[in-house]
Amino acid sequence: MRKTSLDMVYELAKQDKRIFFIGSDLGVGTLQNFKEEMPDRFFMEGISEANIIGMAAGLAMEGKIVYVNTIATFLTRRVFEQVVIDLCMHRVNVRLLGNGGGLVYAPLGPTHEAIDDLAILRAIPHMTIVAPADANEMRRLMLKSVDYPGPIYIRIAKGFEPVVTGEEVSFDIGKAFPMREGTDALIMTTGVTLRNGLEASDQLARQGLKVSVLHVPTLKPLDQSTILKYAAKVPVIVTIEEHTIIGGLGGAVAELLMEANFSAPKRFKRIGIPDVFPEKYGSQSSLMAEYGITTDNLVKVITQFTQVNDPAKGCAPSRMWG
Amino acid sequence: MKLDKRSRDLRKMIVKMLQAGGRGHVGSALSLVEILRVLYDDVLRFDAGNPRWPQRDRCVLSKGHGCLALYAILADKKFFSETELLKFSKTDGLLGGHPEIKVPGVEASTGSLGHGLPIGVGLAINARYERADHRVFVIVGDGECNEGSVWEAALCAGKHRLSNLTVVVDYNKHQSYATTFEVQDLEPFADKWKAFGFGVQEIDGHNIEELRHAFTRLPIEDQKPSVVICHTVKGKGISRAENNLHWHHKNKVTEEEIQSLFEELEVG
Repeated sequence: MRKTSLDMVYELAKQDKRIFFIGSDLGVGTLQNFKEEMPDRFFMEGISEANIIGMAAGLAMEGKIVYVNTIATFLTRRVFEQVVIDLCMHRVNVRLLGNGGGLVYAPLGPTHEAIDDLAILRAIPHMTIVAPADANEMRRLMLKSVDYPGPIYIRIAKGFEPVVTGEEVSFDIGKAFPMREGTDALIMTTGVTLRNGLEASDQLARQGLKVSVLHVPTLKPLDQSTILKYAAKVPVIVTIEEHTIIGGLGGAVAELLMEANFSAPKRFKRIGIPDVFPEKYGSQSSLMAEYGITTDNLVKVITQFTQVNDPAKGCAPSRMWG
Repeated sequence: MKLDKRSRDLRKMIVKMLQAGGRGHVGSALSLVEILRVLYDDVLRFDAGNPRWPQRDRCVLSKGHGCLALYAILADKKFFSETELLKFSKTDGLLGGHPEIKVPGVEASTGSLGHGLPIGVGLAINARYERADHRVFVIVGDGECNEGSVWEAALCAGKHRLSNLTVVVDYNKHQSYATTFEVQDLEPFADKWKAFGFGVQEIDGHNIEELRHAFTRLPIEDQKPSVVICHTVKGKGISRAENNLHWHHKNKVTEEEIQSLFEELEVG
């Protein structure tokens, strides 16, 4: 996915002279082809993110479309105010490509783990936030990113993720995508957890449960109507994300569902990172397992919830599980 | 040196805004008046009727809290009606306590310090890319130069040899709490800019001729960004405000006080 996003910057820039690239101090050889073929639109400006965001804003105020790439935590935590003022208040066409969204940098520890990037950015007016599931979706997103108005944050996962979306699926920023249909439960995913959602839905189907999967790559603006349409049909709703349970997909959906005031009771669970800084190292997948961001946990939670929902099992409908 | 009528008239417009809004960063605006006056009278290319004219010179007031001086000169140049000055920081007014891009003639929304120079670097790189001959001016405060982002951008401007970029420092030697020497000493200030790759000139920031001379001979050095360090007086032109930290941001000003400010500016 990371390679695809940068390859796409190069491809898009070849077609469109408005496109500029700014990196901080990226790995040797990054976008070498861009640098060689379009040197006056390629910038590597050092470990100075505040300057880079302002510089990108200045270029974008003049009509350029600027792709900025560095580690996700540096684009969110470190330069929050530059993102708010320079990008969002001015509504400029800067695209932040955040490397290592989620727990990708598990071996490097919590300074580099972007577990709060979605929450941080969701609070800012005019910001658009997208977390694609795989390289295919990244390609579709990048094509749409050129002419989409205002700043966009694009969360990049590790790279070499399993490809779970098809080649020819349509994509629009701001849209949620139904990937499985069912009326027993609804799983909502963002980013790489789409894979877990699809696997869980398939496993639960073998248990006789029909579980829909709604993929929500765009966290902001949230596709409220599609989410509510799918939520209305089911008694059990679970979100799963590689992010703190505060303020990301789960938080956004919780806000929406509470205000929907459904007449039928619903059970709801956010699967994600609890309110902690990860203390262990290891790998992205080992840390995701540590916090239950797995297909197995998704299956377990939905199985429990749907049993609770079955009057024959005799459980009180208000009881929360998980 | 006595201020001439034009400088006193612009200051009267600042006092009018103070009177209307009941508050404002007066001291920070008064040190800027001659800098802005010379830029807009003699240096900048602009069209007040077409504020986004592509060929305009870009002027970013990075020390956004000095906006009373900017509003005065923009109204004077007819970017908007002078009646807006009388609605300063009021609910239905156009002009607030920091400049925003919704105001005709304001290039970038500023207020939080340390944002203007990075933006100016982007504007200057774009002008170079487009082979456009417009220039970029960024006005920063001395206290603002405490911000690391100013120096990140200075490094970047020096590296790219942005000769179309001029930083103007309003060096009034006072920030909110105390003098710059006490809070965070910038000296040797000119040497810092030189070390970052700038052509440097130091002038009296209230002397019209020195300002004209400096701003009409840019860049200071070929192939380098320029910095004009303007030695100024905080609160310049109003005796009780000069070098008085209580006038950095002023509120609870009485009508009697306002009238005496107008009287002082009348006689000069």
